[in-house]
Amino acid sequence: MIPATASDAAQTGLSVTASVAAGTGDTPSINVLLLVVMGVFFAAGVYLLLERSLTRVLLGVLLTANGVNLLIVIAGGPAGLAPLYDEEIAAGDYADPLPQALILTAIVITFAITAFMLALIYRSWVIARRDEVVDDPEDLRVAEQHHFDPEEDAVIAAETTEFVPETSDPELPPTAGSRPGRAGGGRTSDPERGDGS
Amino acid sequence: MNEVLELITSVAPLAVALPILGAALAFVLRRRSRAQRTVTIGTLCLTLVLETSMMVNAWRNGAQAVFLGDWHAPFGITMVVDEFSSLMLVVSTAVSLAVLLYATAQGMVDGDGDGPISIFHPTYLILVAGVSNAFLAGDLFNLYVGFEILLTASYVLLTLGGTAPRIRAGITYVVVSVVSSILFLIAIGLVYAATGTVNMADLGLKLEDLEPGLQMILHLMLLVAFGIKAAVFPLSFWLPDSYPTAPAPVTAVFAGLLTKVGVYAMVRTETLLFPGDRINSLLMVVALLTMLVGILGAVAQQEIKRMLSFTLTSHIGYMVFGLAVGNVVALGATVYYVAHHIIVQTSLFLVTGLIERRAGTSNVDRLGSLAKLSPVLAVLFFIPAMNLAGIPPFSGFLGKLGLMQGGIDLGTPLVWVLLTGAVLTSLLTLLAVARVWNRAFWRKASDAEDPEPVLLRSLAAVHADAEASVGAAAEPAGPTVRPATAEHGRAVPRMMVGATSGLVILGVALTVFAGPLFEFSDRAATSMFERKPYIEAVLGEGAYDGEPRVGVVEGNIDGEPEQEQEQEQEPSAGAGDVDAPGADHRSGESPAAQDAGGGR
Repeated sequence: MIPATASDAAQTGLSVTASVAAGTGDTPSINVLLLVVMGVFFAAGVYLLLERSLTRVLLGVLLTANGVNLLIVIAGGPAGLAPLYDEEIAAGDYADPLPQALILTAIVITFAITAFMLALIYRSWVIARRDEVVDDPEDLRVAEQHHFDPEEDAVIAAETTEFVPETSDPELPPTAGSRPGRAGGGRTSDPERGDGS
Repeated sequence: MNEVLELITSVAPLAVALPILGAALAFVLRRRSRAQRTVTIGTLCLTLVLETSMMVNAWRNGAQAVFLGDWHAPFGITMVVDEFSSLMLVVSTAVSLAVLLYATAQGMVDGDGDGPISIFHPTYLILVAGVSNAFLAGDLFNLYVGFEILLTASYVLLTLGGTAPRIRAGITYVVVSVVSSILFLIAIGLVYAATGTVNMADLGLKLEDLEPGLQMILHLMLLVAFGIKAAVFPLSFWLPDSYPTAPAPVTAVFAGLLTKVGVYAMVRTETLLFPGDRINSLLMVVALLTMLVGILGAVAQQEIKRMLSFTLTSHIGYMVFGLAVGNVVALGATVYYVAHHIIVQTSLFLVTGLIERRAGTSNVDRLGSLAKLSPVLAVLFFIPAMNLAGIPPFSGFLGKLGLMQGGIDLGTPLVWVLLTGAVLTSLLTLLAVARVWNRAFWRKASDAEDPEPVLLRSLAAVHADAEASVGAAAEPAGPTVRPATAEHGRAVPRMMVGATSGLVILGVALTVFAGPLFEFSDRAATSMFERKPYIEAVLGEGAYDGEPRVGVVEGNIDGEPEQEQEQEQEPSAGAGDVDAPGADHRSGESPAAQDAGGGR
């Protein structure tokens, strides 16, 4: 009935997971309630992780991390006696201690990361009054540019700056002027350009 | 001599413990920056010496396992020093030391006094400890702990100072890393449920007995978790987003080490835990996309640090390629390529830090005339840049050549597509770095789209210097490192240039000593394929009675999983059959591999 070693227990544990799903559970070695709770944790956690609000992302991290902890508990097989060695107790009667050690470590790590993320979120709030994931400005700039040819870029940058007020060409593309990162473009090359045209 | 080396290797956990103790000491000394610097640099030097002797031991005596607290495998915590892990340890610590010297010089000049920057040194040591722990880990959960140590340290380093861009980048980085850690932990839970062990050597024996479907799930879960950390294509978008905002030395050490720890874990997964070629085709497609998408991103960038971040993700593709080809030649080249890439990518980021310091920006649109301003900088950029692009005499070329040799030996149609992609990526890398080279170093600063005022002032000063003393004009290298130019652009301390030059020279040394290094990495690859040295080092003599997989792997690249299972379960009598198809495919393979295949 009770598997002889921890690894056997774990193996039957997993196979029972499958058989419970198929409706043919035979050994009561797995706690279905834990499984359901774990599933709910994962579902809610992943949903929250996909949010843009940082506080919700943090809650999502917490939920999924606890879901994983439950998963490891389940992986440890059925509940048993405390793993304190006693000659009269058969090996299979003990609870598997390893998953508990793993979970303890995982909990500590999650705790540290949660504290750090809270600090980050607070800092983000202090700086920008925003509790959201912000886009990378450089990404947006690269996405907006239409071509990368240096010569062409130079001409546009030189002619659209506010330092040459009178030379604004009518055929100039409308987006060129509003290109971020080029606002003060062509400061020194202006006089030369001006002479040339 | 051998006894001494073995004794040193038996204290391998010191490679993790020393940096942690050093970090504690450095943290206590946070008010006394000179003592803090001495402690940090001393600790890393000591660790490097320890790891070098461990590498010599691995070279002479092969894999050796260390059991913490004398709890023997598979029950206790095991650390394994074999060829691959010791090479990674030495390279990573050497690179960390160079970056630390660079950062220290920067901190000394800028004054790190009481600011939050004084936590840099302890955090940096923790990062090194995490990296070492990940390389040494002999069980999956210890690997996870190693990852967490280095990640937590990297969160702190990435958001150092807490400015708005760093917080923004830091949030992306932390969330992505946490998700990958959670995936890894799920995979560990499932592996434990399925086999009842987390010891990697033990898993190498037990995972084979699971049904193929379950094996596949566990395999892919682990690969996805490591793939996020290694920045493999569909999982790589966080990297160029977060790395470039950090301080230059931090970006450099992240670029060098963190992704490579992911690659290391992938190599272990592929060779030790799940030998066989079930998903090699998938890995090849992923490698191709990683290379191409990454390098196309790099070509579009104006910012040097972002360009380098994209080449970093792109070149991870080469390592996945070597892993996917799955023969000794390619895997050996992968080991060599990882070492090469750690050094070259880090030195490029360090040079970019110097450029930023000297010229006030690292945006190519705002740069020009750098070759005139600072010829030393030009040389320091040119050598690793050409190395990265894989121009013949350099190690980048040798690594890629080895990978392609391995690919040609395999010779399936998909591999040829991949080879084309690899060559194309190499060319595009050359294009990307040549654009920086031409625009930032050789055109006139006044031709730049938006010249940086700091740069123009520095140039004017150099010009004035040259005119003032005509004799000195012949050697313009002087002013670039002389702190006298402090008023125009920030001075570049000698020690920063020295640390960068050291790394560049180390990169060149990879070329000079390519022969012994390739021998070493080929041997590392051979023993990883055999699996026997690793497993027997951990579980004791005679624990491994399987067949070396060298012949099996290359025999049926498109084979069905069931078919392969059959082959693996065959007794030694069937080894001849297994080897026969393999021999056809790898006619040009190294003699070591032949021995490994034919030995049984």
